[in-house]
Amino acid sequence: MKRKHKRLTFVFIAALLIAAAGTLMLTAFEENIVFFRSPSDIAENKVEEGRRIRLGGLVEDGSVQQASDGTVTFGVTDTAHTIKVSYLGILPDLFREGQGVVTEGKLLNGVFIAEEVLAKHDENYMPPEVSEALKDAGYWQGEEGEEETVQ
Amino acid sequence: MIAEAGHFALILALFVAVIQAVVPLVGASRNNVVWMDFGRPAAVAQFALMAFSFACLTYSFVVSDFSLVVVASNSHSAKPMLYKISGVWANHEGSMLLWVLILSLFGFAVAFFSENLPPSLRARVLGIQSLVAIGFYLFILFTSNPFDRLIDPPFDGNGLNPLLQDPGLAFHPPMLYLGYVGFSVTFSFAIAALLEGRVDAAWGRWVRPWTLAAWGFLTGGIALGSWWAYYELGWGGWWFWDPVENASFMPWLAGTALLHSATMVEKRDTMKGWTIFLAIVAFSLSLLGTFLVRSGVLTSVHAFATDPARGVFILVLLIVVIGGSFTLFALRGPTISNKGLFLPISREGALLLNNLVMTTAAGAVLLGTLYPLFLDAIDGGKVSVGPPFFNTVFIPLIVPMVAAMAIGPMLSWKRADLGPALRKLWLAGILTVVAAIATWALATGGPFLGVVGMMMAVWLGVGTFVELSERIRLFREPLVSSLSRLARVPRASWGMTLGHLGLAIGIAGMTGAGAWKIETIQTMVPGQTVQVGEFDFTFKGVEQGQGPNYSLTKATFVVNKDGQEVVIMYPENRQYPISSTPSTEAAIHTTFFGDLYAVVGDPVGTEGGYVTRLYWNPLVIWMWVGAIFMMAATAVSLSDRRYRIGVSHRRKVVAKPPVSQPAGA
Repeated sequence: MKRKHKRLTFVFIAALLIAAAGTLMLTAFEENIVFFRSPSDIAENKVEEGRRIRLGGLVEDGSVQQASDGTVTFGVTDTAHTIKVSYLGILPDLFREGQGVVTEGKLLNGVFIAEEVLAKHDENYMPPEVSEALKDAGYWQGEEGEEETVQ
Repeated sequence: MIAEAGHFALILALFVAVIQAVVPLVGASRNNVVWMDFGRPAAVAQFALMAFSFACLTYSFVVSDFSLVVVASNSHSAKPMLYKISGVWANHEGSMLLWVLILSLFGFAVAFFSENLPPSLRARVLGIQSLVAIGFYLFILFTSNPFDRLIDPPFDGNGLNPLLQDPGLAFHPPMLYLGYVGFSVTFSFAIAALLEGRVDAAWGRWVRPWTLAAWGFLTGGIALGSWWAYYELGWGGWWFWDPVENASFMPWLAGTALLHSATMVEKRDTMKGWTIFLAIVAFSLSLLGTFLVRSGVLTSVHAFATDPARGVFILVLLIVVIGGSFTLFALRGPTISNKGLFLPISREGALLLNNLVMTTAAGAVLLGTLYPLFLDAIDGGKVSVGPPFFNTVFIPLIVPMVAAMAIGPMLSWKRADLGPALRKLWLAGILTVVAAIATWALATGGPFLGVVGMMMAVWLGVGTFVELSERIRLFREPLVSSLSRLARVPRASWGMTLGHLGLAIGIAGMTGAGAWKIETIQTMVPGQTVQVGEFDFTFKGVEQGQGPNYSLTKATFVVNKDGQEVVIMYPENRQYPISSTPSTEAAIHTTFFGDLYAVVGDPVGTEGGYVTRLYWNPLVIWMWVGAIFMMAATAVSLSDRRYRIGVSHRRKVVAKPPVSQPAGA
């Protein structure tokens, strides 16, 4: 009988802990999930201003501009639409015009204020979200995640 | 020719693995000693073949044999020797070969150190170990063969990604894999015990050193990866909750739980089913980690290249291993009976609390990591789950656990009183309050979590010392007698003390680096000064230069504090012509209280201006010291004489009369 009680105590504590953790996770999910959006989504007003999102696409050719205070502006395009992105900071090493990029931040008066710019280790790597967004816009025909080819 | 020899050895190793899996397992179930003993020479042969195969691949990298696809894609003749060698595992194929090499190394180690094991258990452990290996041999041979040739070899290779040309990264994967794969041994022990139908204190004692070793390596691997990200990526951060970081963190959490529950099996003959369960979970999470990293299903900096065939193969392997072992656990688990009873307030209760928190934390990380996959699979949109989620979930879980961590070791087994234990911790309590006030005063206006973090670090650190002084009855007996008690503290207990101390130091470091980091980004022209916290960074300009396989732009910063020169820093921006990719080399000046960290970016304007990023990262070195403490803790604990000589090893083992087993070994 006693043994059963002890076990019940443990089960109760464990259940309490898991319930607490579950509640924590659900609220954390609610507030902290970041959706991926393409420039077309923003152009079609699917994106709420001020909500944290990820924006991905290609860096528009000839659009990168360095301001004297260190702010960089560039266009992110899925070929159908282009969104202007502003970013204060040093761009990642593999950031280049014409390449895929993913930025995270908030939309403010039509300009995307990026807090983070992500580029990948591999120079030939296309983030899957970006290639899909490009496909949706009817541009990207290449194979997804194609491997490096050796000449 | 060399590569073909390596390829051949790899295939031979597969055949040896098949034999090593089948013969000892069948032998164990038929009680055939000769068949059972077959496991050991097979494990030795398998390791020898794998070592040869790996050496062949390494040789191909060293001599830059560009007729091999992996060498041509990932190496270059102008690369320094260290990176030619580390290039062997800086790509998908080579890293999988390293995985299997380490797997066979652990099989070899089990064969070597298993003199005390009952033959049937040893046979089963080696057999299971080999079953896992077979899956990976097939994976390598069919989907990612490092020995594939090119019909038309190029003159020179593509070069290794500059970010990976770094000493920290040269050792990060092998260390991490030693951890990941180390859990294969505890997994094999768990499955073998289920097959044997017997889990006892002796089993706990055999498993614990392997858990310790795997956990220590994993700790080292994670710390090295974090250190590399900190100084190489140039973002001043050290943990990003990147899916791949999570992939290594989940087995660490499960491994930490396993380490503590295995203690209960060993000392108290209880929590046996749970320990088996954790051993399976820890290795499953290691496999899942490998799957997440290698299949490229999750967007991550570590995804080399995505290949659906590989992903499907690992997924099937995952289902077979995890599904199979849990089915076995479901069938056999209920027959395991626990002997040691205990009350909630007891040493066991505290260890159980650790287990609950660690597994819940691992579950939370798993959910956060896989959630984007689930959502994408049901077409719920593409999302990312980042640091805010993990911090929100993690910190509330960890705070009560650390609070309990100082108390747990003070409690006695079976039943204990909370009151006396808390009274003994009065010093820790007072110092924690002092730390809170001091932190509040020093960093007024800083985040509240900074205060909480420092309180946790002091509570745990001082509490650990209090526990040690209680153990040696410091100040309650003459000093000489306390010191002689100190000399007799078992090494395994030292391991606990050092490990907990390491976490305390690490928490202080993480708190400092997380809560009071100062970051400034700006364009600076030569002569300009920028203030970062208490320091003044003066930009002196840049010069161009040449490295072994790159050209560089080197900036000079003179750092002053209160008009006194502290240090001159030289961050670099390197251009690797072969892959035409740049790499930023941050300049870091480490002190006891924090790191000065400078990064130079792209030129701006016509007056010699550059984008610069300057940081004051407090207490960063404490994180690495904490990790070193934890690794030292495992080393010390492993050297405990309990694990070296067979003290009461055979007490509970009713082995079938073994022919080759010397009595009382």
